Amino acid sequence: MKIIVCVKRVPHTAARIRPAQGSGGAPGRQIQTDGVEFTLSPYDEIALAEAARIKEKHGGEVIALSLGGDDSQTILRTALAMGADSGLHLRAPATVGLELDGFQVASAIAGALRGRPFDLLLFGRLAVDDQSSQVGTLTARLLEIPSVADVTRIELADGRARFHHLVEGRVEVVECPLPAAATAQKGLVEPKYPSIKQIMTAKKKPIESVDAQLPPAALEITAIEPPAPRKAGRIVGTGPAAAPELAAILRREAGL
Amino acid sequence: MEPKNIAVFVEGRGGRPKKPSLEALGEARRIAAALGGEVSAVAVGPGARALAPALPGASKFFIAEDACASGFIVGEAAAAITGAVRAAGADILLLAATALGREVAGAVAADLGTCVAADVIEIQAARGEMSVKRPVYAGKAVATARILRLPAVITLRPNLFAQAEGGSAPAQVEALPPAGGTSPARVIETIEPEQVRQDLSEADVIVSGGRGLKGPENFKLVEELASALGGVVGASRAVCDAGWRPHSDQVGQTGKTVSPRLYVACGISGAIQHLAGMSSSKCIVAINKDANAPIFQVADYGLVGDLFEVIPALVAELKKGG
Repeated sequence: MKIIVCVKRVPHTAARIRPAQGSGGAPGRQIQTDGVEFTLSPYDEIALAEAARIKEKHGGEVIALSLGGDDSQTILRTALAMGADSGLHLRAPATVGLELDGFQVASAIAGALRGRPFDLLLFGRLAVDDQSSQVGTLTARLLEIPSVADVTRIELADGRARFHHLVEGRVEVVECPLPAAATAQKGLVEPKYPSIKQIMTAKKKPIESVDAQLPPAALEITAIEPPAPRKAGRIVGTGPAAAPELAAILRREAGL
Repeated sequence: MEPKNIAVFVEGRGGRPKKPSLEALGEARRIAAALGGEVSAVAVGPGARALAPALPGASKFFIAEDACASGFIVGEAAAAITGAVRAAGADILLLAATALGREVAGAVAADLGTCVAADVIEIQAARGEMSVKRPVYAGKAVATARILRLPAVITLRPNLFAQAEGGSAPAQVEALPPAGGTSPARVIETIEPEQVRQDLSEADVIVSGGRGLKGPENFKLVEELASALGGVVGASRAVCDAGWRPHSDQVGQTGKTVSPRLYVACGISGAIQHLAGMSSSKCIVAINKDANAPIFQVADYGLVGDLFEVIPALVAELKKGG
């Protein structure tokens, strides 16, 4: 079983995001990165943990793939500590994470994988920076393999996969032949933080670095700005005594 | 760039278009009017044809009733939608940013050789120029992005755009030819939950609970308030990670990003990743015993108090009726 897990380096979810200033007072196209801690996107950790679980059960190999600048290699080291056997770095001019659109990223991944046979291609269900939820499905479609998004369970047997995911409030179980792709939803498996030994071992694992082949952009960010501020609110009152007034507000705002 | 015609992917539920799809249709009408173009709709699955009378503003309605017969298969849905975009000569495809809409948008974008402009909150379209605004970092920032080639695939965040309304001639129904070949994937089983719940990202009213509830058994308070308001229950990351609520209930940067008309936060202090996921709600109400909790900084209305006293009092008031 050969499993590829695509991972992305993103600002930590606890990070404050400060858009950079552009020239002449115009909004910038980037965020300020000083003081921002970058981590592996949380859903990608789930995908990695699932790959490690599958390898434990079925044997095989896990390759972590990341696209971006040199900093991507740091994130690949983390992925190697979390169970991947080797890393594949697709070098691209993207240091923060929003520079490339989903088609560019998916095309680069698909291009790199065309000459590298695999059984299972895993992604997180979204990257917590761009939050587009598109690269997994787009890549699978470009590679002409079946895909299922937001999976909460993966079962593999006899060259076929079964993926569980939620559709309209019901769990649908999709069956398809391998190779196939899936994006990991919470509940699939609980990621484990690597031990010191795993971190040390990871330093010796190989990372291959190749230039990403990028098509022209379809979408170009022209500004990143803070969200519109909310107008100041008010405290209606304290304790159950304020319930009648708040109930009237709730009834009005809920449109009852 | 001369965008003109627009196609809208419509999801149905109970024989009617879903509200987020009607919002996409409403926005399509607005843009098409500005550009002098036409609006087409497309639906897939055995229930597609039934939606035809309820699509105001759509002049053509493409259906693929044979697709997704076993259940939702993204490849089958995408092939049909791509076919409709081409048949309609559409320059822009709009979809609601529901779980299903997001998934199928990526596959259609691959077919069309473009990316998805995802979870968009505003579209500016004029001849020669088209741009969108979309939240990034779960709403900690807003990006403006220019669309560089057509056709464009755009998913719209639910609850922000005006629904298509009003009477118009029913759309002309056109059946799409079946996609060539058989799909290698099929739905082999559907597991019914005890209760089918509306997806949080589509809900009009969300009542969320956090650690202030002290234990999973106390979520019945939140459920009662949600029920009195006709809403859906959400939860903070802390309580989902603790296993009190399913992960599908989680609101925040690592859960769902939501924009309901009313968001009620009960016993949620307001960690930055939670605020990011809900601060674009139209009205935010916070109930917390700590007057300094960060949640009050984004709330329109706050009540400082013990939720074990306050929520029952609110439910009793709401049950009294207006």
